[in-house]
Amino acid sequence: MKAKRGDWVQVYRVVLEAGERAPQVPEDTAKVPLEMKVKGSLLEDSAVPGDEVTVETAAGRTITGKLVAVEPPCDVSFGPPPPELRTVGKELRKILAGGGCHHEQG
Amino acid sequence: MNRADDYSSVMARRAEIMRRSVGIDYGSFSTGKLAFDYERMMAETGYPLDEVKRIQRESNVGETPLIELKNLTALVRKISEPGLGARIFVKDEANNPARSFKDRRASLSVHNALMKGYPGVVAATSGNYGAAVASQAARKNLSSIIVQEVFDSRGFEQPEIAEKGRACEAYGSEVLQLSVGPELFYVFLLVLEETGFFNASLYTPFSIAGIETLGTEIVEQTRERTGRDPDAIISTHAGGGITTGTARGVLKAGSPGTRIIGASVNLQGLHMASDRDFNRKSFTTGHTGFGFPFAVWPDRSDVPRNAARVLRYLDRYVTVSQGSVFYITEALAQLEGLERGPAGNTSLTAAFSLARTMGEDQVIVVNETEYTGAGKHPYAQIAFARKMGVEVFRGDPSKEKPGENIVIPVKPRQVAAGEVDLDRLRESYVKNACKSLGDEREVTPADLDFICDDARLDRERALGLLAENGVVLSA
Repeated sequence: MKAKRGDWVQVYRVVLEAGERAPQVPEDTAKVPLEMKVKGSLLEDSAVPGDEVTVETAAGRTITGKLVAVEPPCDVSFGPPPPELRTVGKELRKILAGGGCHHEQG
Repeated sequence: MNRADDYSSVMARRAEIMRRSVGIDYGSFSTGKLAFDYERMMAETGYPLDEVKRIQRESNVGETPLIELKNLTALVRKISEPGLGARIFVKDEANNPARSFKDRRASLSVHNALMKGYPGVVAATSGNYGAAVASQAARKNLSSIIVQEVFDSRGFEQPEIAEKGRACEAYGSEVLQLSVGPELFYVFLLVLEETGFFNASLYTPFSIAGIETLGTEIVEQTRERTGRDPDAIISTHAGGGITTGTARGVLKAGSPGTRIIGASVNLQGLHMASDRDFNRKSFTTGHTGFGFPFAVWPDRSDVPRNAARVLRYLDRYVTVSQGSVFYITEALAQLEGLERGPAGNTSLTAAFSLARTMGEDQVIVVNETEYTGAGKHPYAQIAFARKMGVEVFRGDPSKEKPGENIVIPVKPRQVAAGEVDLDRLRESYVKNACKSLGDEREVTPADLDFICDDARLDRERALGLLAENGVVLSA
């Protein structure tokens, strides 16, 4: 997807390469780079994903990186109700409705 | 100007960057090799309680409802011995503008930034505090930048942190999303240096002073509602801010008999800086991965002297399992009509267990709720955990293995708070204090007094622990 000047885009850059990580990080983390993503308005006239571009962020800074998304959505969701939780309300209501002490049920 | 921006060069400039970005000369409070005057730091650089109240009222922060959880209390009594089962209340902090108690901290930090003439604020946080800073900054016409740890090397974003980043952007923040690693702090320093913005750290005296109103409000509202002081207040413990600030407020409200209890989600066995472990946990805060290290050495934070010092205030510290918190979060929605959390319900989960051992006439107050959102919900976390290879099933939550499985209790009585030995934490604190001395093997009488206050140790025990670490008191 092509982006034009002023579009809201996301850029990506490597902050620290695998060999430059802090000495205290565990082995699995040391093997991978420290990466960063940030969103802003595209300052180039046009660009396609993969291009090196510059954006102006919400705080007014300019940051350069590889264009990775144009008008990226926030697509986290609530997810499906898992069966392990779906019946909890009913189970607890049954205990509440019961008389006396419910050591067996509860 | 040619500044070297590699990792070690920037870290070497840390002290100077901190001094400029926080505006506090921490060195001026030093009274020994280890010791500093904590109360003087709070008094001189924080804000007095009345001023905090005024700032927060002006910022629409605080004065949240105290809600009695009558159905959860009734459920506790159903599974307790006769006469036991304390009344459970919760402070509904989700009623703040950015919908968590963190607005109390942010309101003071952002107010201070504005008063001192900083053009903007920066916060290093993957939690609710980011949205709180962004929200307060928006209201006060300041720019804000939030630095988050969000995704692993495969590009998987922790859903809860992704949601918090969205909220920050909704309030007009620049959000720097980083992959896993403690070098987030390096990026944070670079941003502070480049922008000259205020470091809205979670751990400044401003931030902690902002929480004291939570303690005073709880005591006042509990007195009004029940005619007694709270017997216990329980908070979700990570970096130590909410526990420290609440406890200080409780003392200022004149309720010294209230027991201060901390609760963390048990994530023991998972490494907090591990790229692999990052997405094998379903809680991004309020867990032992922060709770233990910050208790035993508060000064690991992003400022030289952490104003959150929990060993001074904790009477008891417990852990609960991830599955138990999801279970109680579901119970809160289904039985009380309150969709909140999940991470903020860590303390509620522990309260549900502890209330069973308290008398029916007693009152336990959970000091926060937080908003629920897409990604920030037990359903989303369970779906994500499954995708990451974590098993989820009903069973005995005491058998839960963090990173391998999430065990949702079968019965409410299985929700059990596990005791953390505070004495062990005090020992670790002294060990860390001795380590911070480097080659120095002597401490001053002022240092000894400081250790006694900071770790709540008596003099003999403190001397004994110092000796175990090869440190003696200078003549």
